[in-house]
Amino acid sequence: MELAEAIILSVLAASTPLLIAATGELVAERSGVLNLGVEGMMIVGAACGFGAAWLSGSIFVGALCGIAAGTLMSLIFAIMALGLAVNQVASGLALTIFGIGLSGLIGAGFVGERITSAPHLYIPGLTDLPVIGRIVFGEDAFVYFSLALIVGVWFFLYRTRSGLILRACGDNHVSAHALGYPVLRIRLFAVMFGGACAGLAGAYLPLAYTPFFIPGMTAGRGWIALALTVFASWRPGRLVIGAYLFGAVTILQLHAQGAGIGIPSQFMSSLPYLATVIVLVALSRARTGGSTAPAALGTVFVPDR
Amino acid sequence: MYLVLEKRAERSHTIALVSPLVAIGLTIVTMSILFAIIGKNPVAALDAYFIAPLTDSYSLQEIAVKATPLVLIAIGLSLCYLANAWNIGAEGQFLIGAVAGSWIAVKTQGTDAGYWVLPAMLLLGAAAGALYGLIPAICKVRFGASEILTSLMLVYVADLFLDYLVRGPWRDPAGFNFPTTADFDPVATVPVLIEGSRLHLGAVIALVVVAAASVLLGRTIKGFEIRVVGAAPRAARFGGFNSNHLILLTFAISGGLAGLAGIIEVAGPVGHLQPGISPGYGFTAIIVAFLGRLNPIGILIAGLFLALTFIGGEQAQITMKIPLDVTKVFQGLLLFYVLACDSLILYRFRLIFPSRQVPRGTG
Repeated sequence: MELAEAIILSVLAASTPLLIAATGELVAERSGVLNLGVEGMMIVGAACGFGAAWLSGSIFVGALCGIAAGTLMSLIFAIMALGLAVNQVASGLALTIFGIGLSGLIGAGFVGERITSAPHLYIPGLTDLPVIGRIVFGEDAFVYFSLALIVGVWFFLYRTRSGLILRACGDNHVSAHALGYPVLRIRLFAVMFGGACAGLAGAYLPLAYTPFFIPGMTAGRGWIALALTVFASWRPGRLVIGAYLFGAVTILQLHAQGAGIGIPSQFMSSLPYLATVIVLVALSRARTGGSTAPAALGTVFVPDR
Repeated sequence: MYLVLEKRAERSHTIALVSPLVAIGLTIVTMSILFAIIGKNPVAALDAYFIAPLTDSYSLQEIAVKATPLVLIAIGLSLCYLANAWNIGAEGQFLIGAVAGSWIAVKTQGTDAGYWVLPAMLLLGAAAGALYGLIPAICKVRFGASEILTSLMLVYVADLFLDYLVRGPWRDPAGFNFPTTADFDPVATVPVLIEGSRLHLGAVIALVVVAAASVLLGRTIKGFEIRVVGAAPRAARFGGFNSNHLILLTFAISGGLAGLAGIIEVAGPVGHLQPGISPGYGFTAIIVAFLGRLNPIGILIAGLFLALTFIGGEQAQITMKIPLDVTKVFQGLLLFYVLACDSLILYRFRLIFPSRQVPRGTG
């Protein structure tokens, strides 16, 4: 029971950055923009978030700085992909390459430093409940926030007029433009939201997951978040399931390594990446009847006037 | 009054020609500002980066050595990108090529195997890279899975596999527990061109590949098909070109070239298999491919330029204590500027003066 509880707690912790980053990317992609720079925005968010938290001594300030850094990164992408109509795949790759370098530069001064991780909720009585107490009432703020975020995004996309317009831009930007909606401005906000989420997801890693910053600590999580949007067929509900499944794969392989089951650790470590490939193949195959991707995803839009 | 982007009637050849130079210029200006921010003298830093490596023969050779894998990989990537197939996992194909070729070197170590060893290593490295590159291509063609994500995921898998080999079965027993194989035998080593230099046969192979790619793209039907499928998919379908076939072909070629680059790097400058054999060649080659306009000759020049930034970055680290990450920032910025400038080949800016007299809202 102790072990099961520990595993579930660590699965939630490992899934949260994936969920936050994928939620942001989901909104951007629903507006028709494929931003492959998630990894770059995350790692810069991690470096800035940790730096700010270490200097200020406040996890909250760190998280805000992570969000700000991710948003600024996404603005660079927006200038390229929206302002200059550059190929979105190439711009996103550039953002990731740039972000990995920049995070090394920013984080260089903080490598080796430690901070106190984000505190976990404690409600006397409730958190002490057996079995579910710590799982439901003993998480850090990021975990609760990530769940609130995905509910909010679901409500926005499917229950508000603005959400409908955003989805219209992603499915047919020419029609949305013809109806008078400012496609590029809507996409700009969607991209910035994606950047803010990626920055926060990155900041989560050194603020709550491990109490220190190491270069390259996102280790492909940004790319897995991108795969998760495909896995979820661009639907918020399935995104939660996907994120927790991937978190579970990550944690279970760690526990299997710890238990020493005789399989080399490198093979176990490659499981999350292999699982991503397999899931992408299996899901894409199941969808032969027609893609569920936003129809205008990844295409350049230059309004004619 | 505001700026809008507007499609040109036809592509601008002038801008196509000067855009890489403008991009490099803008990158250098931005870098000067960055150097000033981190408290380094911009003039001295730029000198260490771009001028100093060009002034001694050792550095010049090192530039050619570093450019070899970049050019090999970028040539393959350019074929993919021309065909609108997005292979971004060249880093993994590079590592798998290095691993496969090293297998022969490790197994023949200390035996009296003859001069067949090196050619067999190069062939196997290229073949393994091609097969590894085919995995995302097949996933794309057969199942419709995004080749961008699958090819990238396989980079991490390749990296971990190499790590396993050099820490496990292939570790040099006399290597003081360092994760590396023993140094390869002379017959398993890429020969240097001039005795005592670092410049090796790989540079010649890279030049041959550049020439071959020029012929393929400029003089053959296959090359024409690749360009048409990428530039005008509808026209290609009417022309009866099979785009799936071309995705497989371009991924196999680019995987093969990346694998070849991997085994050349391991059997040449490095001399044994170990983790960290690539300072991100597979990703930097993406920049090389775009900076070189997806054109073989352009890629050769761009490869030499990016190699210069690697060498310059190392020198600047030693002489001015500038962190190595600056090189990556530089490379990322360069890609941004190249893409932005390239946009002006197809589009132009126009100033719009709103003619309506009613006051506009917030924008």
